[in-house]
This record gives sequence, C-alpha cells and structure tokens, in this order.
Amino acid sequence: MTGLLDSLGLAQSAELLSLSPPGWGRNLLRGLSHSLQIAFGAYALGLVIGLFGAYGKLYGGKVTRDLLAIYTTVIRAVPELVLILILYYVGSDIINKISAAMGGGRVEINGVAAGIWVLGIVQGAYATEILRGAIQAVPLGQIEAAKSYGMPAIMTMRRVTIPAMMSFAVPGLANLWLIATKDTALLAVVGFNELTLETRQAASSTRAYFTFFLAAGFLYLMVTLFSGVIFARIEKWARRGQPSLTGAGR
Amino acid sequence: MDTAKAVANSDEASLNQEAIKVEDLHKSFGQLEVLKGVSLTACKGDVVAIIGGSGSGKSTMLRCINFLETPSSGKITIGGELVEMHADGSPSNRRQIERIRTRLAMVFQQFNLWTHRSLLENVIEVPVHVLKVPKSQAIVRAHELLERVGLGDKADTYPAYLSGGQQQRAAIARALAVDPSVMLFDEPTSALDPELVGEVLTVIRDLAAEGRTMLLVTHEMKFAREVANHVVYLYEGRIEEQGPPAEVFGNPKSDRLKQFLSSVA
Repeated sequence: MTGLLDSLGLAQSAELLSLSPPGWGRNLLRGLSHSLQIAFGAYALGLVIGLFGAYGKLYGGKVTRDLLAIYTTVIRAVPELVLILILYYVGSDIINKISAAMGGGRVEINGVAAGIWVLGIVQGAYATEILRGAIQAVPLGQIEAAKSYGMPAIMTMRRVTIPAMMSFAVPGLANLWLIATKDTALLAVVGFNELTLETRQAASSTRAYFTFFLAAGFLYLMVTLFSGVIFARIEKWARRGQPSLTGAGR
Repeated sequence: MDTAKAVANSDEASLNQEAIKVEDLHKSFGQLEVLKGVSLTACKGDVVAIIGGSGSGKSTMLRCINFLETPSSGKITIGGELVEMHADGSPSNRRQIERIRTRLAMVFQQFNLWTHRSLLENVIEVPVHVLKVPKSQAIVRAHELLERVGLGDKADTYPAYLSGGQQQRAAIARALAVDPSVMLFDEPTSALDPELVGEVLTVIRDLAAEGRTMLLVTHEMKFAREVANHVVYLYEGRIEEQGPPAEVFGNPKSDRLKQFLSSVA
C-alpha cells in the first residue's frame, strides 16, 4: 500500500489526509458531520413547512394563500447566498435585540441551529411547491372515497392523501435533499465550520489546495451516492401498487 | 307529474322504516340549476333505480345524499335522522355527517380504490380506522367479503393490477365492509368494458336479493327492471315519472320517458 502511494507520488497527500495530526482528515470529517446535521435538520424543517405550506396554498383562505405566495416567490427569487446572509445576520440581530430588551447580554448564536433555520426556511419554499403539485396529482376520486366513508379531514390527509402523493413527491424531494447537502457549503460565508470551510482552512494552512478540495469533493460525492441508494428504496416503497413502465428507470 | 310526490309506500307503519328521505332537493352549479326540487323516499329493503339521460341530475342527486355535493336547498333524512344543514346547504354538524356517511356506502363509477393499498387493506381501511373495529376481526371479515365477490385469491394484490370488473367488485367488498344501512351505486358499470359488466351486475343482483337497501344510478335498463322495486326517471333535474319497474318500463306515461326508453333500447 505504502509502496503504491509512493510510486504514484501520493504519500504526501495520504499523510495530509490522515485522521491523526499532522493529518487534517479528522477536521474534514467533523465538517462533514456538521454539514449533514444541518442538512438533516433543514430538510426536516423544510418538509414540515412545505406540508403546511402546500395545504395552506390549496385549502387556505385568501390571506393565507397570499402570504404563502409571497413566501415562496421571494425565497425562490433571491439567491440562496444572499438569503443566508440576510436571514443569518437579521436573525442574530433580532435575537440580540430581544435579549438586550429583556436585560440579557449578547447571545452566542449556535451555528448548527442557525444553519438549520436559515436553510430550512429556504427548503420550505421549494418543498411547498413540490408537495402542492404532488397533492394536486392525487386522483380526486380517492379523496372523495375517503370522504364518502366518513373519514375526518385529518385522517384523510394521513391515510389517503399523503401516502398517495408520495410517489409524485419523492423525485422532487430527493432533489431537494441533495440541494440541502450542498447548500450547507454556503454557510461557510457566515463562518460556520461545515465541510467547505474546514476544507478551506486545511488547504490554506498546508497550501495543498488540490488535495483537500478533491477530498471534499469525494466526500460530497459519497453523500450523493449513498442518498441515491436510500431514495431509490423510498421511491420503490412510495410507488408500491403502481405497475412500472417496462425498461424505464430501475 | 308532481315532483314533490313521495314514493308510494309511505303509510304510518313504514315511517320508521324510511332509510332515505329526500325532500325538495335543489342543486345549482353557478347559474346552472341541475336539480329543481327532487323528492324521494327509499324504505328499508327498497332497491330504487334512478334512470335518466346524461345531464338529468341523477348522479348529482345521489352525491347530494351523502353530501359529496353540497345541496343548494332541501331536506335530507337518513334513517330517520335529519342532516343538519347551514343556510348554504353544507352540513353544519361535522360529526353528524361523518357518522351518517359511515352508514351510506358509495360505489363509484371509477371505483376509486386507494391505489397504494392492497385489496385487503382497502377493505379493512374504513372498519379499522373510522369504525374502530379490531384489526384481526376486520381482516377475517375482509377475507370473507373478498371471497364473496370472487376475489378471495387477490387479497394482497394492488388495484392497478386488476381489471375494471375486479376493481369494481373489490369496491363493492369495501362498501360491504362498513355494514352499510344503504348502498349508493353511482353508475357502477359505466366505466367497464362490456364483457366485464356482467360480473359486477351479478354481485349487485345478489345484494338486492338479500334485501339490502340500495339506490342505483344506472344506464343498464334491463338490469334496473330486473332488480329494482321502484324506478325513478329524472329529466332535467325533475322527477318526470316514477313507479314500479313494470309500470315505468312496460307502460311509460310521459312522452319524454317513452322517447328515452326507445333511445336506449
């Protein structure tokens, strides 16, 4: 192994990436772990916002629908990087003002929590649209059947609408998850030590930019591939009962 | 003919036997008035066939009975219980309408089975989750019902893998699973290929023979004549003629009914 790395001229890279000092591997993995925590949290928050948003857009009153239209339009119109800067600084400013008003001191903003909130609000706008479309794609007759057998509205949503819309929603939601994993990199601009920032620190300390960014790229790729496997399973489950088109997809 | 005229056998003794009573039902979609004051009574054990041309309001009438459509005005009494309505016709007591709906089982033209659930899951869904029947008990019953409609070996199959006739028979099993006091059939064979109609009609015929109360919107005149004990002919939102099938089909009085019968024969 060592001989092979030597012959390829990679011994130095291997040393830089090793998990124990002077290697930076542990830092990269810590960054990855932070990135995934934020991605998970933001995705979950986004799904909750999205579900309420979709129902609000479909069945809400005029005011609800207008407010949601503003939310989804604005969030989807402004670049994520700008939103993150706005939400992060405005958010921490508000929290500090509230704290000061209540006689407290400066509040240290938890990076993970802030990241989850900021990205979750962004994800929620996209999830709202994905779920709204999926709910509308559910054949009305299936919801009508539930209604005609005396199912209350919430039970209809839980037992019929949501399971039936899943097959329409999963491809879009899988995309959204991958976007969530990569949007975490944007949090580097507010100084949060997720994978990209850890990578940049390691790279600039050692001048081995190529090695570290390639390694980070590899980690992002692994996350994507693993996610692909998971979502393929989820999609298969969501599509239960639907004959597949022969030869199309797997 | 007087549209407010109730079905013949409404003497004192049968009053508490009234399964469904519709009084002066109106329904408009915007400017279009689809039902212009329909009254109808079905007693326990009655099989009422509702016939009429397309756009005559027969499906709308059926759908108003369980409030899938909101009536514009009128009174609906199910099993002696008047459905509480707002001024706009929508049910005002959510719990009441949900409870009443569980006693009215509807069979749809497009089957409307839940496609993400197997036939067994479709049949136990309402008993288990709405009526709170123990699951094991519901499963035993569901197998019996699927057996009865000739789908005993398809319990674990998903609807999409079945023919229309099989799906409709499964939908009838789903309806029977709630042990309904009235079954509402909304053109149950209209979406089926001709060769599949017979198998569904056979199941419905058996249900009629065992004395189930049914309202049946249908285009199958021969079948209506055979299974119904009362036939209602709707024309442009009004009851044009009604009576025993032998009368309505054998000796139609109104010209419109004569014309309708000759056009569908």
